[in-house]
Amino acid sequence: MAESPAYTDYHPRWLRRRLSTYWWLEKPSYLAFVLREGSCLFVGWFVVYLLLLMRGVLQGDAAYQEFLAWSARPSVLVLNIISFLFLVYHAITFFDAAPRALSIHVGKTRVPEWIVGASHYAAWVVASALVCWLVLGS
Amino acid sequence: MIRRQPEPFLWMLFSAGGVVSAMLMPALVFLFGVAFPLRWLPPPDHEHMRGLLGNPLVALVLLGLCVLSLFHWAHRFRHTLYDGLQIKHLEEVIATICYGGAVIGSAAAAYLLWQAQ
Amino acid sequence: MRDHIKVQVARYLPEKQSEQTFDEHEVPCPKDWVILDGLNYIKDRIDGTLAYRWSCRMGICGSCGMTVNGEPKLTCATFLADYGPGPVRIEPLRNFPIIRDLIVDIGDFMRKLVSVKPYIVRKYEKPLREGEYIQTPQELDEYKQFSMCINCMLCYSACPVYGLDPKFIGPAAIALAQRYNLDNRDEGAAQRMEVLSEHAGMWGCTFVGECTKVCPKHVDPAGAIQRYKLTGAIESMKAFFMPRGA
Repeated sequence: MAESPAYTDYHPRWLRRRLSTYWWLEKPSYLAFVLREGSCLFVGWFVVYLLLLMRGVLQGDAAYQEFLAWSARPSVLVLNIISFLFLVYHAITFFDAAPRALSIHVGKTRVPEWIVGASHYAAWVVASALVCWLVLGS
Repeated sequence: MIRRQPEPFLWMLFSAGGVVSAMLMPALVFLFGVAFPLRWLPPPDHEHMRGLLGNPLVALVLLGLCVLSLFHWAHRFRHTLYDGLQIKHLEEVIATICYGGAVIGSAAAAYLLWQAQ
Repeated sequence: MRDHIKVQVARYLPEKQSEQTFDEHEVPCPKDWVILDGLNYIKDRIDGTLAYRWSCRMGICGSCGMTVNGEPKLTCATFLADYGPGPVRIEPLRNFPIIRDLIVDIGDFMRKLVSVKPYIVRKYEKPLREGEYIQTPQELDEYKQFSMCINCMLCYSACPVYGLDPKFIGPAAIALAQRYNLDNRDEGAAQRMEVLSEHAGMWGCTFVGECTKVCPKHVDPAGAIQRYKLTGAIESMKAFFMPRGA
């Protein structure tokens, strides 16, 4: 065999491709996945926001009002609006994923996935209503 | 026989954090992040908020929300950096920063809520 | 309705090239032709040096998986006319090393499959005179979906985790382990758990879900893996809190 780049006698060189760093831009479902993973950043951000809120409340009325004023600043407001959208996306993707991981049986038959999913959404509505009632109530 | 590894526990924390944050955060961020700043609804007065934080049950739920959500973030973020940006050689540094950050945040939440009681 | 379609076929001839090239051919496309028919036409009438794998041509052997216009497909189950007027681009299955033209090396998957013990494992094999192992239709339903796997590896091609880290054991291997774990005749769950609870085992999966999307047999490997993670996590908790056995 003549000198050739990829072949020595009886030993062809296999072509190995590396995945591009931008693999997640190649398909819409890959992008949806990365956005779903990215929603965790807003989960983390909102914990920080809650901690700041709690600290403001603990330091007294003046600090609490200061926090409320800060939360109305355009940069913070935009961040929280985007957080809200990502958190809803997180909730939807999580409740669609959860039934596939849970294998709940009643007797010998498996509970259909859509029932498990619907229960998650129902619980979400109840929990949200409870939160609103506690925060806004009396 | 399962080898003693942190991964299953971290995954459980991640899942629990995912459920809790999905259930409670959308409503909370809508109220405290959008509706109150935009004055769509009147924000609760300081007395009401202080009362809520002082309630042990509310405090427990908030603590659970903060701790589990932080570990949810830590686990997912660590995996995304590893897979997405392929920063494999910094694996241990990333894990330390992520879970360490979650621990620090959890400690802060516990401290604040303890102070509130 | 056009009666011919442009087909671009990836070529890699290691004795002549060091990179992949593409050949373009005009191929007839009657409405009942699949991609495989097109490839056979090219090999029979135009260029006999084209190399590719196929066997049953009816979607059960799992040999003919290739990347068609960027998507992993069984070429015997994908209609050529659906891609009219073309060009339709046929490449070897992604995430695998290419040996030649459209042929990839599947040794990695084969080794991983063996490592998960894809057969009934029993502590005590019943002798024939004790009769059969009894399984009700409901017990069959528990694992039937995962038994549909034809080892075509389209899921490995779609999985970005496998693409980024070839040590990851992969969707089909885990789904097949589940097929046996959930089989009431099997007693080997603990042995499989040892292999799959490693870092490159099921914990490498981040539930992208692409594997389930491309599976031609609707096996839902993503669902199998998430269920297995829950099982694995519960087993870990049990081992931690009750080390001497639950």
